[in-house]
Amino acid sequence: MSIWEYANPKKFMQTSSWALPWVTGLAVSAIVVGLIWGFFFTPEAEGFGSTVKILYVHVPAAMMAINIWAMMLVTSLIWLIRRHHVSALAAKAAAPIGLVMTLIALFTGAIWGQPMWGTWWAWDPRLTSFLILFLFYLGYMALWEAIENPDTAADLTGVLCLVGSVFALLSRYAVNFWNQGLHQGASLSLDAEENVSDIYYFPLLISIAGFILLFVALVLLRTRTEIRSRRLRALELRERAA
Amino acid sequence: MIALLLRDLRLAVRAGGGFGLSLAFFLIVTVLVPFGVGPEGGTLARIAPGILWVGALLACLLSLDRIFALDFEDGSLDLLATAPIPMEAVVSIKAFAHWLTTGLPLVLAAPVFGVLLNLPGPAYPWLVLSLAIGTPALSVLGAFGAALTVGLKRGGLLLSLLVLPLYVPTLLFGAELIKRGAEGGATAVPMLFLAGITAACIALVPFASAAAIRVNLR
Repeated sequence: MSIWEYANPKKFMQTSSWALPWVTGLAVSAIVVGLIWGFFFTPEAEGFGSTVKILYVHVPAAMMAINIWAMMLVTSLIWLIRRHHVSALAAKAAAPIGLVMTLIALFTGAIWGQPMWGTWWAWDPRLTSFLILFLFYLGYMALWEAIENPDTAADLTGVLCLVGSVFALLSRYAVNFWNQGLHQGASLSLDAEENVSDIYYFPLLISIAGFILLFVALVLLRTRTEIRSRRLRALELRERAA
Repeated sequence: MIALLLRDLRLAVRAGGGFGLSLAFFLIVTVLVPFGVGPEGGTLARIAPGILWVGALLACLLSLDRIFALDFEDGSLDLLATAPIPMEAVVSIKAFAHWLTTGLPLVLAAPVFGVLLNLPGPAYPWLVLSLAIGTPALSVLGAFGAALTVGLKRGGLLLSLLVLPLYVPTLLFGAELIKRGAEGGATAVPMLFLAGITAACIALVPFASAAAIRVNLR
């Protein structure tokens, strides 16, 4: 029993059809518990008022936005090295989810930033690097859409994902440098994790778990759809040939 | 390899290639900016490094799809793939030819455009230096984007979407270098970062580009 068994589409379909309802149920309940606990049963933080509640959506979405790209990097590598189709399709399935997570993080950040910093947007290193990540997701998805041959598309997007990962990281730290060079001391980032107290920490943790499970459920679902559409395509081709 | 380089250069200069075109585009961008932001010298001087870099970047972008597209269409790329030099070398040579025909003219012409934007005096050597160090990375990364999109019919717009995010670090350190040079600040750090990015791009990116070309020729 090795993990590579799930590279077989049939095995993957069997296991995922069994796992999907469970993961979905767990995701929904974790998000519901995390958000309700966070929204209604935690005190308002001093200096933040009720805006602190955005934390429970903003932080998980931002974490997922980064980690989904990392997952795409791993699955792209698996595709490029071991040529497992399920892996390439999982990367394709994950990209739009990552894009939406990036958007959620940017929008909730803007909504949070408006009352707190007095501005919707600032060229802060974190905000900027998320915008760049958003562009990388866009480019990746556009390349998938543009190429007709699925194997060529998988190869090229895989290479793009590798190069893009390096440059996304590079941009992240380059932007850090740039901002410090321009506005000294005008740091807008809130490193809240260090001083967040347990009251906020536990619901946040549940919410993060919920977002992770939600992502797993969505990826399973979307990969299943991709596999089915691939099968349909093969059937159509066979019928046309016959 | 030298024959390939000369061939690419000849094609770029003669057959209505992007040789003068990207330079003219650079000029247009530089001329349009004062109309947009107003003619006050102070404002222009402040934004000049950024404008010059963005202009150079866009001018470079303009001619990227020519790197491989024509050779792909008429089949010479297939011949090059079977030639006794590795695809990595072909890609590097083509990127180098692209730099010689777009990057180098931009570097040489940039001081003139700097005058148009009222760039302060001490910034000029830094302007030339930062463009000279940074533009090779633009060509190499551009060749990567061109290699990814070479098989596509409407690849031009997609190419810019793929390549522009990759240009962020180069643009950032390049403009920062000029800015610091103009103010007489410490220039070593951005210069080394810029040079490091360029060197790493030249060393590593051709492998990715060659892989993409091979996939597209399959």
